[in-house]
Amino acid sequence: MFRILQAQFLAPDVKRFTIEAPRIAKARLPGQFIIVRVHDRGERVPLTIAAADPAKGTIDIIVQGIGKTTRLLNSMEAGAQIPDVVGPLGKPSEIRQFGTVVVIGGGVGTAIAYPTAVAMKQAGNRVVSILGARTKALLILEQELAQTSDQLFVMTDDGGYGEKGLVTDKLRQLVAEGRSIDLVLAIGPIPMMKAVAEATRPLKIPTVVSLNPIMVDGTGMCGGCRVLVDGKSQFACVDGPEFDAHQVDFAVLTQRNAMYRQVEKEELEEFEAMRKKPGSPDFCRLGMQNPQAGP
Amino acid sequence: MPEQPAEVRRANFAEVNLGLEVQAAQVEAQRCLSCASSNCTKGCPVGVKVREFVELVLAGEYLAAARKIREDNVLPAITGRVCPQEDQCEGVCVIAKRGAPLAIGYLERFVADWERQSGQLGLPPNAPPTGKKVAVVGSGPAGLTCAGDLVQRGHHVTVFEALHELGGVLVYGIPEFRLPKEIVRQEVDNLAKMGVEFVTNVVVGKTVTVDGLLNEEGYSAVFIATGAGLPQFLNVPGEHLNGVYSANEFLTRVNLLKAFADDYDQPVFDCRDKEVAVVGGGNVAMDAVRTALRLGARKARLIYRRTEAEMPARKEEVKHAKEEGVEFLVLANPVAFLGDEKGWLKKARCIRMELGEPDASGRRSPKPMAGSEFEVDAEMAVIAVGTTANPLVQATTPDLKTRRGGYIEANADTMRTSKTGVFAGGDIVTGAATVILAMGAGRKAAASIHEYLRSGQWAPPPPTNPTG
Ligand SMILES: Cc1cc2nc3c(=O)[nH]c(=O)nc-3n(C[C@H](O)[C@H](O)[C@H](O)COP(=O)(O)OP(=O)(O)OC[C@H]3O[C@@H](n4cnc5c(N)ncnc54)[C@H](O)[C@@H]3O)c2cc1C
Ligand code: FES
Repeated sequence: MFRILQAQFLAPDVKRFTIEAPRIAKARLPGQFIIVRVHDRGERVPLTIAAADPAKGTIDIIVQGIGKTTRLLNSMEAGAQIPDVVGPLGKPSEIRQFGTVVVIGGGVGTAIAYPTAVAMKQAGNRVVSILGARTKALLILEQELAQTSDQLFVMTDDGGYGEKGLVTDKLRQLVAEGRSIDLVLAIGPIPMMKAVAEATRPLKIPTVVSLNPIMVDGTGMCGGCRVLVDGKSQFACVDGPEFDAHQVDFAVLTQRNAMYRQVEKEELEEFEAMRKKPGSPDFCRLGMQNPQAGP
Repeated sequence: MPEQPAEVRRANFAEVNLGLEVQAAQVEAQRCLSCASSNCTKGCPVGVKVREFVELVLAGEYLAAARKIREDNVLPAITGRVCPQEDQCEGVCVIAKRGAPLAIGYLERFVADWERQSGQLGLPPNAPPTGKKVAVVGSGPAGLTCAGDLVQRGHHVTVFEALHELGGVLVYGIPEFRLPKEIVRQEVDNLAKMGVEFVTNVVVGKTVTVDGLLNEEGYSAVFIATGAGLPQFLNVPGEHLNGVYSANEFLTRVNLLKAFADDYDQPVFDCRDKEVAVVGGGNVAMDAVRTALRLGARKARLIYRRTEAEMPARKEEVKHAKEEGVEFLVLANPVAFLGDEKGWLKKARCIRMELGEPDASGRRSPKPMAGSEFEVDAEMAVIAVGTTANPLVQATTPDLKTRRGGYIEANADTMRTSKTGVFAGGDIVTGAATVILAMGAGRKAAASIHEYLRSGQWAPPPPTNPTG
């Protein structure tokens, strides 16, 4: 059992948790993730470790409630216990002095990019961050990233905050201004990562993306997470999750991620209908692990 | 052996074999000639004293019979169900020359089940605590056996398991209808009662390293039993289509994560009323194809590149699969998977094979016949063509020697590796093998670890070829 010490919403449906997991906190490096199961009949879902405190023995995760499991997780409060947390999984980000690193975070992808941005800064890089979100309300970790970045730009679809436009617009603008960029790290929705890859490809700017395929075990045992990189099959949980953006077949990733969309949609609808009724089974079970007590 | 009728069982996950009744067990045991040769014991990888336990069955001393088996085999309820008896004890049984061999597997299962149901498991007392700590990595049959033997010798044993459940392939691979998970759970519970400490959700090599266990966490020895978990694919076009699974993924979703049950959240491809193709001819392929049937597949087809005679699966599984209506497409191999415009699998393109000259292993190697390609419908395909070593421990333990394929080098008798204090056994040393061989390795490792902890002497003889 892994106890939740803190839990707070950062944006609608986006929640940050601090979880007691001493071994993981000690071993974890930026870019790595965990797999959680939130109840004894739950599915296993991967989540990136956003931060860790080895001295306190805690890790932080930032969860966007998009499916049943992530919504269930987001209904948990401090004091509750998560039955299964395993990690740190995947290869850590390659951190060294590149020069200027542009970190692009789209939506909750910002949470994944954040720890790597911090490590890049500590390694002596000039870090320029570009955050993208549909609206201001959906923006996360802006202040934290501002602290670790030499420059930070915010792009919103509606222009209600920062500048109006896409993250790639800003990237192109930086290039047009003649900035030299040594590495781009782009993490967010697949269309965004693909667009960034296409923007940097002709310029030959090395670009890294972090992929989010469907996973089961996270240890290389099932092959469900396989992605096509440079025409070869790679297991994202052990060979990734970060890959050279210019080699990734995003079409295959999009196609494979749609595998359970229909079932997941039905499960979510059922779950949402159920949680409106008090005393529903799933919600109850978590409720029981959810003593009202604080941390 | 009484069993569920094929038309009934193909639609449920309950155990196929129902077990012998007392009367039937007695009749079967009487067939034993109690011959002096004891071929059966020699044929058993761990040397179960068959004649002696069968004599105890005849005497009606079922608990004593179970204890007799346990002297050499600590998981009789499991091996009684999954051992390839026809290649081992039963294969060399003297009376097989004049008909069926003695049903040693069924009798073993009978006494083990009797013991379980009696609730009178005579757990042996542990030796006084030695104060030494041993870490076991992996909770498959090799790890469980080693852990059991070591606590009995008074050592403190912690088993670290990457998954959230204990049992290795016994829980995530072999399906309920062949090995009820309740049996595995009971064996694990017994070990816990004996004092074995189990820690799930720890991936050694990631969460903690072997050196960390030895140098920081105070373990005096580590036994690596991580299995051969890495799935192999065919590397043909179309393997990324939706609906193509490795056997490990398909079986894990169904067995470990109960994707077939409504009240579990993990999804699996809905193969109701669909055609399914499973590629391979081993136990894993049989398990996958019969699981697909039980999930409601309209047609479940096995595609194997050799003939039925070469199939490495247990004979009983092949028989059961056929009775349940699995279609065998032999001397064929997929060369591509074809999908629709959205990326969902629709067909497997196969090529006919013919058997050539016997290869080094004595098996006739299959060769494709030019121009013989044909297509079969399949909306789900499961690739069950073997696995390789799981590399996570080796990758973070640089002074651990491996051989081709990434398997760990260990001495066949002492299970000692190139690294002081580190032992290895089971599929991670031999490559994918059997439950009983993994158990045997766990036993040998426990004896060797005990000897090392007692004497403090390492001096490993140079690693030789692995057993099995
Ligand atoms: C579907 C299927 C059907 C089979 N049917 C039969 C049969 O009928 N008869 C038979 O005799 N054999 C059968 N086998 C083979 C048999 O199950 C294996 O040979 C046996 O389980 C090997 O045991 P093991 O202890 O070496 O490894 P495993 O059972 O593979 O256990 C290894 C364990 O280690 C864990 N692990 C791996 N890496 C790490 C790590 N880094 N840190 C922590 N834990 C880790 C794994 O999660 C796993 O739980 C079958 C196998 C499969 C897959
Ligand atoms: S998640 Fe199973 S191999 Fe990557």
